[in-house]
Amino acid sequence: MISIIDYGAGNIFSVKNALDYLGLDSILTSDINQIKEADALILPGVGAFPGAMKMLDDSGMTDVIKEEASKKPLLGICLGMQMLFDKSYEFEKTEGLGLISGKVDRIEAPGYIIPHMGWNKLEKLNDCPLLQGIGDDEYVYFVHSYQAYCDDSNIAAYSEYPDKVPALVTDGSFVYGAQFHPEKSGKTGLQILKNFGGLIK
Amino acid sequence: MLAKRIIPCLDVRNGKVVKGVNFEGVKDVGDPVECAEEYNRQGADEIVFYDITASFEGRGVFLDVVRDTAKKVFVPLTVGGGIKTVDDIRETLRAGADKVSVNSQAVKNPQLIRDGADIFGSQCICVGIDAKKIADEKWTVYINGGRVDMNLDLIDWVKQIEQLGAGEICLNSIDADGTKEGFDIKMLKAVCDSVSIPVIASGGAGKIDDFSEVFEKTGATAALAASLFHFKELTVGDVKKHCREKGIIMR
Repeated sequence: MISIIDYGAGNIFSVKNALDYLGLDSILTSDINQIKEADALILPGVGAFPGAMKMLDDSGMTDVIKEEASKKPLLGICLGMQMLFDKSYEFEKTEGLGLISGKVDRIEAPGYIIPHMGWNKLEKLNDCPLLQGIGDDEYVYFVHSYQAYCDDSNIAAYSEYPDKVPALVTDGSFVYGAQFHPEKSGKTGLQILKNFGGLIK
Repeated sequence: MLAKRIIPCLDVRNGKVVKGVNFEGVKDVGDPVECAEEYNRQGADEIVFYDITASFEGRGVFLDVVRDTAKKVFVPLTVGGGIKTVDDIRETLRAGADKVSVNSQAVKNPQLIRDGADIFGSQCICVGIDAKKIADEKWTVYINGGRVDMNLDLIDWVKQIEQLGAGEICLNSIDADGTKEGFDIKMLKAVCDSVSIPVIASGGAGKIDDFSEVFEKTGATAALAASLFHFKELTVGDVKKHCREKGIIMR
């Protein structure tokens, strides 16, 4: 069972729809026990960093997620991916979950349309179980104005806009983050979610 | 870098696709969910549903279509038609839409754009515009399906839309629509040069070269077509292959 963490943000139904389509059991939950008992966790999110972290804090889930992330696979999506990092500078400096070292700040792309919205190519950088079966010319769907800045060793794949935008990140253990929306990235996205489901022991 | 997007649009009335489609392997030719699945197979980068139902009951059926599609098609869904209030936006997004497209109501009540962007985020507010040429390099905005001239300058309007927080513009040329003579390059170029949010080109696509032309000559980030794909004159796959051969980045 995958628990999709529901803290009142984002279109979490589309993540659930994609998991249902793949035949992966999941529930939308904000119940701490269901987070503890789950085989894997997904942290979705659309919106702004400070508000989302506050919602996690207020619902008492921050510490539980940090603890569970050392025991079972966790996938952060979009803002959920950004929340995995140490801190963000969206509006104001806000502490993140600190599961992957690095920060979140504005995309630096003078002359480019912000948000970075649309389909961009995945450039693979490091081996990652979530990239199994993903070819060299595959696109995923992004919508974001802020991005992660982190060490290359944490980047499984990136996209260019025009500089390196971390797309798929990991701590090398249980924690994964997708800046793009796998649930909206067609076959490629479904394959990545399927790979995540395959991590469940 | 970002790929240019090809977007098929489906007009839906009372739960059925209005224009007769006849895809191979699609049992119910008028079923919007099956049509969306077919476009998804062809490689559509996004799918637009446009509700042309006039009744309250029809609205429920329409949202069921969105709901069913969101369970089977995993690319962004944009939903337009009949959206008048923040509650309409919420209901549509909850049904599984990723973006809503507001048109006439945005002209009548521009605050809807700001409220929608503040509550749900700019990324899910697309403003649809129907515009018509009145002089060289000058266009005005029409509402109610292109029937009512609002005497509103197109360039003033797109700048206002951007300031209000819209995430995207879908620009339809009344002059080009239905002609099959190509997108309205002049108008698109004028709009793309005036704003820095993405612009979707709509109206006038008749042949495969029209798509590469609009990407080569304007800053449009996406091209939308309805009947061309409905009547199988071209598939989304054909268009993308052609653009790719022309050196345009495509998914």
